[in-house]
Amino acid sequence: MVDAEVQATLEGGNIVLPIVESDEGIETEELILNMGPQHPSTHGVLRLVLKLSGERVVECIPVMGYLHRGIEKIFEWRTYTQGIRYADQADYVSNMLNEHCYTGAMETIGAIEVPRRAEYIRVIVDELSRCAAHLVWLGTYGLDVGATTPLLYCFRDREEILDLFEELCGSRMNFNYYRPGGVLYDLPPGWLAKLERLLDRYEEHIESDYVGLLESNEIFLERTVGIGLIPAHIAVAYGVSGPIARGSGVEVDLRRTRPYGVYPELTEMKPVIMQEGDAFARYKVRVGEMRLAIRLIRECITNLPGGAVRARLGHVWKCPKGEAYYTVEGAKGEVGVYMISNGGPNPFRAKFRGPSFLNLQVLPWLLRGRLVSDAVAIMGSLDFVLGEVDR
Amino acid sequence: MTALEKLPLRPIDFEHDVIQRRPETDQAGLAAPAATAPTPGILAGDDNIVFASLTALVNWARSRSPWPLGYGLACCAIEMMATAASHHDLSRFGAEVFRSSPRQADVMIVAGTVTHKMAPRLRRLYEQMPEPKWVIAMGNCASSGGEFWDSYATLQGVDTIVPVDVYVPGCPPRPEALTEGVLRLREKIAKGG
Ligand code: SF4
Repeated sequence: MVDAEVQATLEGGNIVLPIVESDEGIETEELILNMGPQHPSTHGVLRLVLKLSGERVVECIPVMGYLHRGIEKIFEWRTYTQGIRYADQADYVSNMLNEHCYTGAMETIGAIEVPRRAEYIRVIVDELSRCAAHLVWLGTYGLDVGATTPLLYCFRDREEILDLFEELCGSRMNFNYYRPGGVLYDLPPGWLAKLERLLDRYEEHIESDYVGLLESNEIFLERTVGIGLIPAHIAVAYGVSGPIARGSGVEVDLRRTRPYGVYPELTEMKPVIMQEGDAFARYKVRVGEMRLAIRLIRECITNLPGGAVRARLGHVWKCPKGEAYYTVEGAKGEVGVYMISNGGPNPFRAKFRGPSFLNLQVLPWLLRGRLVSDAVAIMGSLDFVLGEVDR
Repeated sequence: MTALEKLPLRPIDFEHDVIQRRPETDQAGLAAPAATAPTPGILAGDDNIVFASLTALVNWARSRSPWPLGYGLACCAIEMMATAASHHDLSRFGAEVFRSSPRQADVMIVAGTVTHKMAPRLRRLYEQMPEPKWVIAMGNCASSGGEFWDSYATLQGVDTIVPVDVYVPGCPPRPEALTEGVLRLREKIAKGG
């Protein structure tokens, strides 16, 4: 709820600021601080209007829409296959997971059987994409709390993952790799061996570089342990999903609770749950998910079946009439696509549920009464991507 | 006798003498070595003496270290971060110091989709940057609207609101492409552009 006073600042009006008393008993003028839209730690173009009383945040109002590109409307103008490319751009850090969700909705409407080899390849690329997303998060979160080194280490590993993606589908980001009924290409020769070597290196780097560097660093611990506490009932009430909910002890991992693909068959799939609910717990969950991803990929490599990677759908596949809601456990939470088809060449409607958008709702609650210097550390730990918030 | 022949001086070629050479290519990526013109107005002797006009020297100095404004908008911002990070290391070309304040920046890398809501802010940031300033449009979205050419919410190319010096096409451009863009900008600045 934007009250009239803040509305006046938003519109550039001149207002007299009220005098407030801070908790130290000092009378100060209430300060309105505009953070963003061009701010290094808002991870994109989020704008926050912070009302401050002394050092404390009284109220925080996120202002969104600086990256609203009309993706959902564009879905209605493009054919089903063209839309996959736009689904990429919603969460541009973990593109594969969005594509999975978009094609999954199509497959549910059309009742398409996906070949088993394609399902296994999907798990591999999904988990690699999740790793890439968490690496970007870890690097930028390091920057947020004042450490530059993690960024350099994280991007080193991310480059290697992107090199594999490039070999697989020709692009480093925005892959356009999923197709209804499978994936576009089979794995190139020698790709799996490269992947295994990468996983070995990466597993070592997680322990030696990320965990070793950050968890023994007093500044990092000071700035994250006990900061930004979200109790489980608040997380559920605000509809928070993904690593944030799991960091608060809510057992929600769609790979287990609403399984899709071949995840039910994978024995390594055990959700990473932490009980503390603070920024450090969320960090732990994400690092745990990187390790989990490595184990899942290894299991998929061992069990990878042969056969086709794409169902035979004929040259012109027409999506039958119907509607479906398909969800995928994305890097930030529950990615969902609600698609309505009326039998035409384009979707009648494709609603994209961006997890960042829903996770962002908890931010005003979280920041109320906190120190302004913690705002960046709290915001970074929520890990939102503005492409997905504004779509 | 011209002045050049009288003095034991030869024109200095900064591309050749000072920075590392890279192969000249034309648009199609085929090698087409063009004769590099020496930087006009700068003469160097063998005994470490350089004669130059101040403008030429200042342009040369400016071109060596353009500080970008950290202005990530969308997907391209991730590739911009990758360009600056360890593997591609933009600091080899003096452009890794991403400043968060427009007052400290020389070049604005517009990395991503500019929406109608963002456009006035972008213009204001551009106006806040001190002269001289340059703009690199990174990605198809910033160059021409790109994939969102028929979207109701996006600006069709950032050159509709600020003057653009270098366009880097791609969706997103590879880090090598952005590096090439920065190199082209350096050439342009050295020529006084
Ligand atoms: S050019 Fe492509 S990658 Fe860059 S911002 Fe636009 S859609 Fe994203």
